[in-house]
Amino acid sequence: MSDVVHPGHAAEAHHHEELGFIRKYIFSVDHKVIGIQYTITSLVFLLFGFTLIMLLRWQLAYPGQPISWLGQLLGETRMPGGVMLPEFYNQLGAMHGTIMVFLGIVPLAVGGFGNYVMPLQIGAPDMAFPKLNAASYWVYFIGGIVMLYSFFVPGGAAQSGWTSYPPLADIAPTGQTWWLIGMVFLITSSLLGSMNFIVTIVQLRAKGLSFFRLPFFVWAQFVTSFLLLLAFPPLEAAAVFQLMDRVAGTSFFLPSGLVVSGTPLQISGGGNPLLWQHLFWFLAHPEVYVLILPALGIVAEVIANNTRKPLWGYRTMIYSIIFLGVMSFIVWAHHMFMTGMGTTMSTFFQTTTMIISIPSVIILTALLLSLWGASIRYNVPMLFALGFLPMFAIGGLTGLPLGLTTSDIHLHDTWYVIGHFHYVVAPGTIFALFAGIYYWYPKVTGRQMNPTLGKIHFFFSFIFMNGVFFPMLFQGMAGLSRRLYDQTIYEHGKAVQGLSVYTSWSAWLLAIAQLPFIFNFFYSIWKGRKVDSDNPWQSTTLEWSAPTPPPHGNFPTPPEVYRGPYEYSVPDKPKDYSPQFEREG
Amino acid sequence: MQESKYEWLPLPPDFSTHGYQVDQLIIIIHWVMIAMFVAWGIFFVYCMVKFRQREGHKAEYQPIKAKLAKAAEIGVIVVEAVLLVFLSMPAWAKYKEVPQTADALRVRIIGEQFAWNMHYPGRDGIFGATNAKFINNQGNSVGLDPADPNGKDDIVSLNEFHFPVNKTIIVDLSSKDVIHSFTINVLRVKQDAVPGMKIPIWFQATQTGIFDISCAQLCGLGHYRMKGTAYIDTPQDYEKWFSEREAELQGASQ
Repeated sequence: MSDVVHPGHAAEAHHHEELGFIRKYIFSVDHKVIGIQYTITSLVFLLFGFTLIMLLRWQLAYPGQPISWLGQLLGETRMPGGVMLPEFYNQLGAMHGTIMVFLGIVPLAVGGFGNYVMPLQIGAPDMAFPKLNAASYWVYFIGGIVMLYSFFVPGGAAQSGWTSYPPLADIAPTGQTWWLIGMVFLITSSLLGSMNFIVTIVQLRAKGLSFFRLPFFVWAQFVTSFLLLLAFPPLEAAAVFQLMDRVAGTSFFLPSGLVVSGTPLQISGGGNPLLWQHLFWFLAHPEVYVLILPALGIVAEVIANNTRKPLWGYRTMIYSIIFLGVMSFIVWAHHMFMTGMGTTMSTFFQTTTMIISIPSVIILTALLLSLWGASIRYNVPMLFALGFLPMFAIGGLTGLPLGLTTSDIHLHDTWYVIGHFHYVVAPGTIFALFAGIYYWYPKVTGRQMNPTLGKIHFFFSFIFMNGVFFPMLFQGMAGLSRRLYDQTIYEHGKAVQGLSVYTSWSAWLLAIAQLPFIFNFFYSIWKGRKVDSDNPWQSTTLEWSAPTPPPHGNFPTPPEVYRGPYEYSVPDKPKDYSPQFEREG
Repeated sequence: MQESKYEWLPLPPDFSTHGYQVDQLIIIIHWVMIAMFVAWGIFFVYCMVKFRQREGHKAEYQPIKAKLAKAAEIGVIVVEAVLLVFLSMPAWAKYKEVPQTADALRVRIIGEQFAWNMHYPGRDGIFGATNAKFINNQGNSVGLDPADPNGKDDIVSLNEFHFPVNKTIIVDLSSKDVIHSFTINVLRVKQDAVPGMKIPIWFQATQTGIFDISCAQLCGLGHYRMKGTAYIDTPQDYEKWFSEREAELQGASQ
């Protein structure tokens, strides 16, 4: 793709026999190809998940108003006469959440960026278990296909929310069974990947690359992998339990004496619906940090590079994410304050929740302090990284009233919750992922993405993201429950209906704001400005010492590391960056 | 509907004895949030302008000491601890501790897809025995045991929840089928109704009026229309409504 001349290239060609197209690009075991596969697949899923919610937002803005062409496209079981059915509305909501979290952001942040960048940053030739790595991608791919297929089974896709609370999920149509099977694949994929990441980071670091010389991004992936490894097995068990409830007549989550629509359910009974919630949130709270830690990693890399100075409190930040990781296992029940929890349990969980907010405050403060005394370059990755900071701040701060039981009474299960976690994940994590794409694109392709299109993408995304999510906080404060198909049947819903229209239009405009990115992403592969060196951002970390794009095996000679990851603007040096891989920086 | 006292936050009005504690905490937290966001924001914008890359400007290798930031972090910890220990915990303890008073009205509320059944014990103050096997669509929506004399005067109301103002109301919440969440915004009441569990909640209204009851937990395709109505009556109006229901009951059984 690039004709940048690098001394390593010629030698490299002799090491490896030429592989056929299929082995090289489809069933490859090269971490970079797998990383690109993950990236492309998850970007497609992100777009798909976004499309689902754009459909749903029509119903929220204009309840019951038909769109006839869409009705013809989607059929009588979804939008008869162009009017969305509540069943289909619930499918859109449940599948939006599932796809964004499990098929979009986690695979992009961990499978995509983690796979491509992490081995390069530690100077490894590949992941520790390349075939396991390929297996993890293909298991993820199958999980995605199962999820997509579930839209076409009788009764449609899963419709009990991405949280799939029983008994509702136990008695839901067939799509829920497919959802559970899909989840088993996705969880398995994450487990395979996380083991591989941990072993790779522990075993394959370059000579001289001690743990406290690792780039922050690698640390973030390291902690994330532990979260995936330890938190996913309970959900895998829970998913199998629910599957058994649905297909084998067990009652893990079904108490005795259920009566649905006036008819007693013929079940064995004796189960407990709250058991699912405990198992689910025992995964899903650490999962929140799986969504955010790699994003923090990317932002830290981009900020260090573009402030041209070392990160403020590198070690403090590492200790903070380790602490976050540990604490994330003992806060899960703050999602369950309204399930009838007494004062003892809730005291424990609201206290741990307040404690976990502290490291997040420290990390954000450290990133802000890194700006002091900097020489900030405003390129596209930096704009997204800077945009991330206030958005993540709003996301984090709005978590406070939800984490305290008393204020949660009013805000629980309202739009405030939706606004809160979307601020963390959408303008938060997704901005960081965009920063990462613009930042590492030249390493992957040998070309830069167009900066003008990138800036247009950033500014409009920033405006419309806030247009989408800020009104939700207001609606939630007004007491509007989430997941309502038509809020206008309530007085307080009617009062804030105008904000729903505003939000929907912001969402549709946000979609248009992604067009420059999509165009830029493909156009620049062939037409982007070629980079004139392997290190176009004048960065310090190891991935920039590899040839562009890096060949199979990455480095012509095993790299050696001489210093910490962010030695920028070291006094009395001829240039303002001292790479880890240069003996004389 | 009455306007909220706190116009800068779009909270609904509060007509309960405990709700002010919820609102107070929400408002204080939002002041804290705004203070932190503004402080961070000023620093952020200042840095972005002052430390932009330009001719003759170089980045400094040394980090700043940031004594102020460390003090601010300790400040955040203290503020959070105060909110937790002095505001959230006592209010929650009060919300969760159902008062043991003989003067309270006790009602059972049973959620189902997609309605609320209000079950009053009748004049005798004793609930009739119930069992899921007696539930039918022919007038026995809560499964009253026909053999139990205590149940004869029990009143069951669909979606209409009448109760007197200025009186402690204790609700035993449960569900027939899936998880629902019983919500009355103006009373700052929210509680999941979980099948297989009976969860008590209590509140006391301070003002009469007619308000929406909604469901906050996704419970199926009719989740959005699982709407009930709370009638906060004067004691006289409540008595009138209650007597009318009793008369209906007697009319039906004759």
